[in-house]
Amino acid sequence: MSSAITTGFVPQAKTRPPRTPGENYLNVAFGVKSWLLTTDHKRIAILYLVTLTILFFIGGAAATVIRLNLMTPNGELVPADTYNKLFSAHGIIMVWFFLVPVVPTVLGNFLVPMMIGARDLAFPKINLLSWYVFTIGAIITLWALLAGGVDTGWTFYTPFSSKYARTNVLPTMIGIFISGFSSIMTGLNFIATMHTMRAPGLTWFRMPLFLWAHYAASIILVLATPVLAMALILVGVERAWGIGIFDPELGGDPVLFQHLFWFYSHPVVYIMLLPAMGIVSEIVTCFSRKHIFGYVFVLWSSIGIAVLSFLVWAHHMFVAGQSVYSALIFSALSYMVAVPSAIKVFNWTATLYKGSIAFETPLLFALGFIALFTMGGLTGLFLAALGVDMHVHDTYFIIAHFHFIMVGGSVMGYMGGLHYWWPKMTGRMYSDFLSKLAALIIFVGFILTFLPQFVLGYLGMPRRYHVYPPEFQVLNVMSSAGASILAVGYVLPLFYMLWSLYAGKPSGPNPWGATGLEWQTPSPPPPHNFDETPIVTTGPYEYSIEESALVH
Amino acid sequence: MFAEVPLFPEQASTTAQRVDALFFFLCAVCGTMAVLIAGLVLFFAFKYHRRAEDERTPRITGNNPLEWFWTITPLFVFLIMFLWGANIYTSVSLPPPDALEIFVVGKQWMWKIQHPSGQREINELHVPVDQPIKLTLTSEDVIHDFSVPAFRTKIDVIPGRYMQIWFQPTKTGRYHLFCSQYCGTSHANMVGSVYVLEREEFRQWLDSQAATGSLADQGRQLFLKFQCITCHSADASARAPVLEGLYGRIVPLKDGRTTVADDAYLRESILYPEAKIVQGWEPIMPTFKGQVEEEDLIKLLAFIKSLKPGQTPVRNEESLPPLDAPKVPPGGNPKPRQSVPTYQPQGKSNQP
Ligand code: HEC
Ligand SMILES: [Cu+2]
Ligand SMILES: [Cu+2]
Repeated sequence: MSSAITTGFVPQAKTRPPRTPGENYLNVAFGVKSWLLTTDHKRIAILYLVTLTILFFIGGAAATVIRLNLMTPNGELVPADTYNKLFSAHGIIMVWFFLVPVVPTVLGNFLVPMMIGARDLAFPKINLLSWYVFTIGAIITLWALLAGGVDTGWTFYTPFSSKYARTNVLPTMIGIFISGFSSIMTGLNFIATMHTMRAPGLTWFRMPLFLWAHYAASIILVLATPVLAMALILVGVERAWGIGIFDPELGGDPVLFQHLFWFYSHPVVYIMLLPAMGIVSEIVTCFSRKHIFGYVFVLWSSIGIAVLSFLVWAHHMFVAGQSVYSALIFSALSYMVAVPSAIKVFNWTATLYKGSIAFETPLLFALGFIALFTMGGLTGLFLAALGVDMHVHDTYFIIAHFHFIMVGGSVMGYMGGLHYWWPKMTGRMYSDFLSKLAALIIFVGFILTFLPQFVLGYLGMPRRYHVYPPEFQVLNVMSSAGASILAVGYVLPLFYMLWSLYAGKPSGPNPWGATGLEWQTPSPPPPHNFDETPIVTTGPYEYSIEESALVH
Repeated sequence: MFAEVPLFPEQASTTAQRVDALFFFLCAVCGTMAVLIAGLVLFFAFKYHRRAEDERTPRITGNNPLEWFWTITPLFVFLIMFLWGANIYTSVSLPPPDALEIFVVGKQWMWKIQHPSGQREINELHVPVDQPIKLTLTSEDVIHDFSVPAFRTKIDVIPGRYMQIWFQPTKTGRYHLFCSQYCGTSHANMVGSVYVLEREEFRQWLDSQAATGSLADQGRQLFLKFQCITCHSADASARAPVLEGLYGRIVPLKDGRTTVADDAYLRESILYPEAKIVQGWEPIMPTFKGQVEEEDLIKLLAFIKSLKPGQTPVRNEESLPPLDAPKVPPGGNPKPRQSVPTYQPQGKSNQP
């Protein structure tokens, strides 16, 4: 493709151990042990990629059965208890074992060191440990979900979870609790790395927005996860020993749990979202060959989101009997948190202006992100309005809204990122045609799945219903039809990406003509990322500067 | 098979119209925004699509006035949304004084409804049209949620406390009642119907239902059955405050605080008597937690709330009054009452 347009990048005197030409992180060592004991952030990213892909498809399988069951109003496919376990499993796996970790641990792990010109993360062993901790947590939870299941929903509301549920609540929560430590380790690792290991010249305000997004998400990971851990412990204590915390019979307050839970679980939405937003900033600039519009605003909006995300939790509880005053405050704050998201969308749009826009697969996903996230965000404005939330709370309107944000947003962003950096990670190009087809199928399938759910929700269909009044059937069938299209869209990449490993064209170091340090090194990168420590002389996204002006 | 496919819920309450108005406003604003952004993205995407591999672009890094414009403008639009939504929400949380109070108890997996005149229903709620209805709700086990989409009404039903919501039906008919908060196996079957009837029809319906006396009457019997009367009698030897006219009053507490005698307070006084001790009295009241069910509690509350001065039953009343007996025996309480404990801020105990 076109010759690379580079950022300011000055090869320094050799500071890295010499390497045999052609050696990269994949072929430097072979065998199971070389993977399971690796401390190379790139290999750990691949470990996470494999683990999370498996988990994604397990969670997706649960969703498939759910949608199949909802094809008929009487729910003939599975009994009520099974249905309840299925949506619980779907939520638990997708939230904690896919969406929260996926972008940071796969793309973040791979790219944070490369983007700052470092050899690895600050704590490579902790990075490996985080994968083990995560995997142990995932196995425990999966085991609990498969051997008997859990029927509390991913929200574990008390006193149902702490007293009434007769399913594997404790083991499931233990798995989630354990995996939380891996989140914290990853977050701390990123923060430490960005503080201490940036290449010479890479000042804070020269960092790509992907890094800023990860920085903001890491702050949330580190601050919010302990609150979830506390909430889970308290439920466990009440469940195991009958110590009254949430159960009113024992003098507890069931709503207290919701406060603790959402104090974690609202910010967590932004853990899922911010890194994906970072990806979009990288992709949009690269494929429009433009400097990002309003770097500082996009950057501070990430930090703004991270801070404000901690102040809106009670908007999940507008009909749970909070005082009118607190409802007013949380409604107002919820509108505030919409502002930084809007800023990002406006800036991405403005970045396209006068660009040179190439419709490669990553950009298709990124534009899909912008479209779906915008719709998700705008419908959030409905929910923040107290009067409307009163009606649509706990209905399919909510389901649709957060799937627009978390699937239309985060997963689209992740897919975009995976397609964008896949050549870097593997050194291979995937099928251009199939990948564009996948992007299209996912977009269309997604819209068809979740748009009808807004209508269902406003009609009043509650969430987590195994059976429903017959007049809702047509919309449910539409949604299920969309889901099957969506499923095809998600399975397709599995094939062409694996295929690319064997038959893909070599991509070369910088197939997209992108700026950014990660593109200045061969694909796949050498074990220590850079042969020479780079020196950065400009900010990111200098797509419009003459090449000669940049490279010394 | 698909006889009718509704795309918009029926509007059957005064709230419904208000909620929908805001909903349409939001649709209009957000729709415009969505079209604007999508239009711009598509326009740019096609206008500026890459024509040559070595195409160059101008270096545009931002525009501060523009940034501030699209930071501040949404804030104003959001402010309108916020105020509008808040306006609806606050008025829904304040029931009008003339509202008809109906009690709802949720349990896995049914709705138990009690009308003030004593009629009971399960998974059905009959209400008269054009009359404000106030629901007082509680749960016997987990959290449920009482929602009637046609009324745009929804409230969590939380164990251990009374929730309140009100609505005014505007259209007769039968509407869905859903449990909207996941509550276990049969959550999806915790559904029912709300019937909005013409006033006259509603009266006939009430008459057609067997009722064992009004809620307050039933509460009066429980008051005797649970021996509340041994302490809360109206005579000089009373060991506990008289409950006449208590509801809504300000009660001074032993620790110097005061509290309003609302539903929550009455509930707490019966289940957790030690939580708030009335000034001037000893904490001798036993807890009735575990003995009094939610539904009975509602009856006791209805009775206490209905108690006007002079209506406390007599302690040595041998037999329970007949079910449909008038609340006050003719000529008031047969036994003259001497000292009615009053709530004096200084807390002079009139306990013997
Ligand atoms: C052993 C005597 C005793 C019995 C039996 C008893 N109470 Fe009480 N009750 C008291 C005393 C003493 C107080 C005041 C001290 C306090 O607040 O606990 C009181 C307070 C109350 C109050 C708050 C009164 C106020 O003025 O604020 C209510 C309501 C009440 N009781 C209801 C009941 C009901 C209903 C029952 C029967 C189910 C009952 N009590 C049975 C002794 C009793
Ligand atoms: Cu329920
Ligand atoms: Cu329910």
